Amino acid sequence: MAGRTRAIGMRLAQTVPVILGVIVISFVLTRALPGDPAVYFAGAMADEQSIQQVREALGLDKPLVTQFFLYVGDLAQGDLGRSISTGQPVLTDLAARLPASLELTLSALVLSCVIAIPLGVLAAVRQGSWVDHLCRVLVTAGVSLPTFFTGILLVYIFYYLLGWAPSPLGRLDFIYFEPPRVTGFYLIDSLIAGDLETFAATLRQLALPTITLALFTLAPIARMTRAAMLQALSADYIRTARAAGLSRGKVLFGYGLRNALLPVVTTLGMVFSFVLGANVLVEKVFAWPGIGSYAVEALVASDYAAVQGFVLAMAFLFVTLNLIIDLSYALIDPRIGFDTK
Amino acid sequence: MLAIKDFAVSFRTRRGEVQAVRGISLDLAEGETLGIVGESGSGKSVTSYALMRILDAGGRIKAGSAVFEGRDLAQAAERDMQGIRGREISMIFQNPRAALNPIRKVGHQLEDVLRRHGRATRANARAKAIEALEAVRIRDAEARYDAYPFELSGGMCQRIVFAIALACGPRLLIADEPTTGLDITTQKAVMDLVRDLTRERGMSSILITHDLGLAAEYCDRLAVMKDGQIVETGPAAQLFADPQHPYTQKLVDATPRPGAGLRDLLPIEARTPLPDHAPGDRALVQVRDLVKTYPGKSGPVHAVKGISFTIREGQSVGLVGESGCGKSTTSSMLVRLLDRTSGDILFEGHDIADITADRFVRDKRRSQIQMVFQDATDSLNPRHSARQTIADPILRMSDLRGPALSARIEELATLCGLPLPLLDRFPHQLSGGQKARVGIARAIALDPKFLILDEPTAALDVSIQAVVLNLLADLRARLGMTYLFVSHDLNVVRLLCDHVVVMQGGEIVEQGPAAQVMDTPSHPYTRTLLAAAPKPPTTRTGTAKTAAKSAAE
Repeated sequence: MAGRTRAIGMRLAQTVPVILGVIVISFVLTRALPGDPAVYFAGAMADEQSIQQVREALGLDKPLVTQFFLYVGDLAQGDLGRSISTGQPVLTDLAARLPASLELTLSALVLSCVIAIPLGVLAAVRQGSWVDHLCRVLVTAGVSLPTFFTGILLVYIFYYLLGWAPSPLGRLDFIYFEPPRVTGFYLIDSLIAGDLETFAATLRQLALPTITLALFTLAPIARMTRAAMLQALSADYIRTARAAGLSRGKVLFGYGLRNALLPVVTTLGMVFSFVLGANVLVEKVFAWPGIGSYAVEALVASDYAAVQGFVLAMAFLFVTLNLIIDLSYALIDPRIGFDTK
Repeated sequence: MLAIKDFAVSFRTRRGEVQAVRGISLDLAEGETLGIVGESGSGKSVTSYALMRILDAGGRIKAGSAVFEGRDLAQAAERDMQGIRGREISMIFQNPRAALNPIRKVGHQLEDVLRRHGRATRANARAKAIEALEAVRIRDAEARYDAYPFELSGGMCQRIVFAIALACGPRLLIADEPTTGLDITTQKAVMDLVRDLTRERGMSSILITHDLGLAAEYCDRLAVMKDGQIVETGPAAQLFADPQHPYTQKLVDATPRPGAGLRDLLPIEARTPLPDHAPGDRALVQVRDLVKTYPGKSGPVHAVKGISFTIREGQSVGLVGESGCGKSTTSSMLVRLLDRTSGDILFEGHDIADITADRFVRDKRRSQIQMVFQDATDSLNPRHSARQTIADPILRMSDLRGPALSARIEELATLCGLPLPLLDRFPHQLSGGQKARVGIARAIALDPKFLILDEPTAALDVSIQAVVLNLLADLRARLGMTYLFVSHDLNVVRLLCDHVVVMQGGEIVEQGPAAQVMDTPSHPYTRTLLAAAPKPPTTRTGTAKTAAKSAAE
């Protein structure tokens, strides 16, 4: 057990160079972008002198190396800088918007897992049956329909035509108050506050974007589950389990699915990191105050501090995510012990 | 106890229905051990899966009945079969490590079966599982309970598969090639255990194997299967002494056994005189204090610990030992695919050990040292035809091109007994024996002086093995090649080799002329190996010497 703690420590230590690399690259890349933030923020009517004033105020007149060390110095004190477009500290912006994105992404992933894994298992067990065909149709539809299209389609049907869904404007209808902030996840915060009405409202608001994202993420997960399950079911140990008279459920789930989980978890990790960065389209369609739309706006405005803060936050998320996935590998498969590394 | 009548099994495939088992009838008495012997594709394993009703999708019992203690297994409902499997009939399999769930503790896998058949409750499952492990004579069962299959040796895994099979006290055990892939001493230990425990419990058993010698040693009665049919049944000794069916005769002949020469393995009509074979006096390969150490998790692993031996020109040296003894490491170093840690390898008097493996590729001696690999299927590029495969080394290491190249390839194919029309086929369109011939043709394409044969017949059926071994002997005489024959099968080594090197734990424990090492082994380990090899009963074609020997036993 001590070896395992040490191994996790080692694994964490490996992430330090990654983070350092991200800091340097995000700094250099934002500077390399075309566009001058001083011109942008000085406004259309500005003359040379006022642009120069803005430039000095932003610290952009100093050499790049000096700027970098100032930035790193601020980072070390936990200061990500101030966004020039919102006027807020970047940290505050991120803290407000990241939970919104995470809440959407996580609920979409949970939904797609709940559908995709059983679907993949069934498709593998009843190969060639209608479930298998349904799985194929869903997978094809999921990858071929872009999220902004399914999003708008869902809004058109469920909000405009049927009127079942609330207006697709943000995380909560304006008639409700935000729940007292604890985690930043409205679903959890409203439960903590015991406010079931807000919880239900959040859920209604969350439903359409979640389904939109879930349709998209469902495809790779269902596909991988089916393939991994097919492979597991053709293994020798399944034959042994059947020859020992174990029940069908035990053979399928206890022996088959658990062995098939490893590639599924890998896919899940990939899908998660992909979606977190790419759900900006869904955020735009549903006016979701998430991190994706924030980053795009910051990028357009050459808002250096905000872009760097976003990239850094994402890097931290991915590193944590990879760590969690590696740990769950070791939990699922005893052959991947940490001590063997 | 088990009466199989007109039993037929077929598979639905893309090319229509394939008859795997074509109406076989068999009886098994209480407490009897029946051996079903046949080569690959004979339908012997399919028969056992069909009896257990665990056929893969697409397979079904087409006709016939298999009445086990009053119930017809062919007609029984799936629910009834689940109660029969594991509790009344159980099975052990080949490749024991793969037969266990890789991510579940072996103790828990045992508990699954015990609890499924109501032999244990949640409270006493652990104790019962440990009991079951002790029943198959696993020492330190308590510690093994928590092990995962990958932490255990192949023999230990087979004991655990056996423990699972025996856990609920079945009346019938079906063992499907239970020792394939296990070392010869482990094979003996596992088979002895199976025999002792089934006898103790008065169980009946069916042993399915391709090894006639093994079946003869452990079974009361044998049934020989070919192409889904039983061609002959009878008591083991009688079947060996006086085979009735030509196919049985062919199998009996092809089984390597003491007293039989290389040509005796072939059918009578193919027994041409063996070409003369006399090794020269000049040393071709000298190995001096060869050491290979791998870095390991817990300190360095000493795979080869300073071995020395000499291979003379034209000689065939057998390198014998069990898995992990360092014989594969040694052969990889000799063929210069692996770098040694220290020591010398002299080839025609020059040290080649200093040339690293990736530089040796361009050395002119590369063409002099070639290798025939263990698995004929895996060592061929699936997207290259036989012709391309054989041409490959010639294109890389000689200037032969165009018509001369084709002529050379056809010459090689003829030498190796590969029919010319097969040259344009791909590996999956060739049989095991044909693939072995392609592998040999590729290895001799550059007229090597020294050929390393790494268990070239391990994956082949005995009748094909007989042909390939004879081919190797003919090629040796014709091309004057020197062989290093790596094998775990002493009977096969005795047939082909003049000199034998026995390895254990990275060291050479004994070496000497083949006859001397085999007949009067001096090291206890060699004696253990020899004793573990199955001893087929005397045959009609056996010489007087074997008869005298078995009389003495």
